[in-house]
Amino acid sequence: MTADVVIVGAGIVGAACAAELAARGLRVTVLDAAGIGGGATAAGMGHIVVMNDSPAEFALSRYSRDLWLALAPQLRTRDAFARCGTLWVAADAEELDAAREMHAAFAAQDVAAQLLDERALYDCEPSLAPGMAGGLLIGHDSIVYAPSAAQWLLTQSPGAARIDVRLHVQAVAVDARHVTLSNGERVGGAHIVVANGLQARELVRGLPLQPKKGHLLITDRYPGFIRHQLLELGYIKSAHHATGTSVAFNAQPRPTGQLLIGSSRQFDTTDPAVDMPVLAQMLQRAARYLPALPTLNGIRAWTGFRAASPDGLPLIGPAGGAAPGVWLAVGHEGLGVTTSLGTAQLLAAQITQTAAAIAVDPFLPARFELGACHV
Amino acid sequence: MNGQHFDVVVVGAGPAGLAAACEAATTGARVAVLDDNPRAGGQVWRTGPVHPPSDELAARLHEIQASGNVTLASAARVIAPLDKGRLLIESAEHGGACIGYDRLILATGARELLLPFDGWTLPGVTGAGGLQALIKGGVPVRGERIVIAGSGPLLLASLATARAAGARVVAVVEQASLVSVMRFGASLAATPAKLVQAAQLTRGLTGLRYLTSSVVRAAKGSGRVERAIVERADGRIQMFDCDRIACGYGLVPDTTLARALGCATRADGAIAVDGAQRTSVANIFAAGECAGVGGMELARVEGRIAGRAALGLAQAETFEQLRCERARWQRFAARVEMAFALRDPARQLPADDTLLCRCEDVSVGEVRAHASWRDAKLHTRCAMGACQGRICGGAAQALLGWDVTQVRPPIHPAQIATLMLAADENTAAH
Amino acid sequence: MSEEVLPRVRVTIDGQPVEIEQGATIAAALAVCGGRAYGTRVSVTGEPRAPMCGMGVCQECRVSVDGRMHVLACQTLCRDGQIVQTTRPR
Repeated sequence: MTADVVIVGAGIVGAACAAELAARGLRVTVLDAAGIGGGATAAGMGHIVVMNDSPAEFALSRYSRDLWLALAPQLRTRDAFARCGTLWVAADAEELDAAREMHAAFAAQDVAAQLLDERALYDCEPSLAPGMAGGLLIGHDSIVYAPSAAQWLLTQSPGAARIDVRLHVQAVAVDARHVTLSNGERVGGAHIVVANGLQARELVRGLPLQPKKGHLLITDRYPGFIRHQLLELGYIKSAHHATGTSVAFNAQPRPTGQLLIGSSRQFDTTDPAVDMPVLAQMLQRAARYLPALPTLNGIRAWTGFRAASPDGLPLIGPAGGAAPGVWLAVGHEGLGVTTSLGTAQLLAAQITQTAAAIAVDPFLPARFELGACHV
Repeated sequence: MNGQHFDVVVVGAGPAGLAAACEAATTGARVAVLDDNPRAGGQVWRTGPVHPPSDELAARLHEIQASGNVTLASAARVIAPLDKGRLLIESAEHGGACIGYDRLILATGARELLLPFDGWTLPGVTGAGGLQALIKGGVPVRGERIVIAGSGPLLLASLATARAAGARVVAVVEQASLVSVMRFGASLAATPAKLVQAAQLTRGLTGLRYLTSSVVRAAKGSGRVERAIVERADGRIQMFDCDRIACGYGLVPDTTLARALGCATRADGAIAVDGAQRTSVANIFAAGECAGVGGMELARVEGRIAGRAALGLAQAETFEQLRCERARWQRFAARVEMAFALRDPARQLPADDTLLCRCEDVSVGEVRAHASWRDAKLHTRCAMGACQGRICGGAAQALLGWDVTQVRPPIHPAQIATLMLAADENTAAH
Repeated sequence: MSEEVLPRVRVTIDGQPVEIEQGATIAAALAVCGGRAYGTRVSVTGEPRAPMCGMGVCQECRVSVDGRMHVLACQTLCRDGQIVQTTRPR
């Protein structure tokens, strides 16, 4: 029996796509080489954040965040959804100007944002180092435990009865109507979707995805140490480093009372081992914002690889020449959790040839002319 | 200590580590010994307010002090290997430090296999070696009724310590069969020192039940232990009113640091070493329980061999003598392992509502709903707590047969201030 | 066994002064002053817990010492004047 859609990848993006397509009445088969919610989904922070590096990113992240907020009441305790908000910290006058610009941009799009002066900042987050200039509080930004959310999407979402999940099966090839597994089996579907992050490069030649390694550290329990996800405004500048290693302050209060600390970016490696000097650099940066951080106990560190595309936007749509007839939902870099639900809507709209809520053009894989050049 | 370089760093100040350090010290080499306890001696030579150092421990410590070239850092742990023969360490006294070594000797010992049973999280339930350690640290047990359980000769050592401290041990519950234990007892003739030790430990067993082929199935009580439920060989249930249950199922080599360094391990989990105690990684040696559980005498001779090998001191004669001694104690270790191998009743999974992960309160049922350790960690909070999966991982391996060997730094919770020290010259601090 | 008089140290546990022989661990001091409730903490689902492994592995004995949280009581010696705070149920 052929499914309507076969999706390769049971991470947060694949799971979101499966849930949306199934909700629209389609029968979906999801394949993964490992279990549910692995890969980048397992490694990330689960931060649901509106980012405005570009109009397209702003539109997608804002749209997708609203979908998460609407979904939240249905999620379980184990999915650990919390609307803790994001507080962008301005360390100096220049960054406070950037905060004002961001505030204006958000206000223009009706996304709630509150500019904080120095006093309001410390009222919000007393643990911050003295000398900060102010900040911007995005009150509806949230956090979620993505591996669990992926499992909810695949097994508990409204259309879940139409989703068949097959785990520990390795896809080795795709075409317009089939996924070929390592044991030779061909899984058929009217539509084939590749949503397995960096590993999509093994299925679709020439995919312009690059691994960007990141580190995270989690602490023991220190309830109330911080209240919001904290990001330095310098994050935006350093996230655009094309090469080399960079770190930026990023801290999340987990519902358990633990602190999750990031972030780092490295382009030059595929080694998953924790790089102690990079971890140290990341923590040194974080300590500048949270001076009590050095006294906290770190209990676990790990790494993950973000799938980065050349323009920082995901590829959502037909793969074109590189894999005729195949759909792509990959390249979400550090916004996979945030934009997973929005991605699912845009993909489903294209597959069912219905209207999408936001423009799909900026995300079409065709913008990279896949299949036109040879590796 | 930060930035210091040593010819030899020894991790662990038990019999193996101290023996290695003393051998290395004779050459005038700069040696550092790191130990995570506040006082040197490891487990078997643990000291406390009313447990003074054994003659041998005192001798080793005296040698070390007299040599002048050995730094003994107590309450110090290795947090992560760094590149180029360096270690990131943390000491209670001095905080974080990066130290360098030419040769590294791992003498990290072993820890108890602590298996879950109904009620095992109640205050009053400890390991068998755990109870010994707590008593030596000054925990009063005078007049308390104690059930000691699990498996192995360690139960008798724990019995002796508890009695000497004035506790009333009402039962020793050994999972091995009577035949196994008797056969092992008879085999002690091959190691007279051990026979004498056993006789001392079991002096006056009146008033004490020594049950074989028996397993503790539950601890009952309100807020703390009040009763132990024991299952006998024939399935009979026996209850013991008690204040403590000290239960441990033998020892598991502590190989976390070794694996973080890339050292190969054997099928039984111990660090793989050759005849000179060399691990699979150049310039790294291992000695004692971490290279295969076998008791104090084996640890001591392995430590000597490792210390000599690390300093290139292998003069044929003494080396041969040491190797003979080691072989003898390896045969003893094999007899212990055979006699006290866990039988099926000890490997039985407790009920699904029993907690498996104590740090995050995850039940056996929640964990075993998953196909692998990795999936269980991802979809429950098992092993996501402060013990870094050591307790629950040991149980998952023993009871579910899962591979729990993945290791990442930090290999022990550490202050972020310590982790911040690991930046090298190439990464500019902002 | 000779009856030596060991020097004693005084620590404070949850506001209560406790005297114990020098060289004893904080875990021992907790047991001395605890009475029936000699534990160290409450688990994430509210169960009372006490030291279990005795050797710094299980992390059940985490207490706050002189303001620093998550110190292992079984591997920390009592020092005169230490202020220890637990999260055990009263």
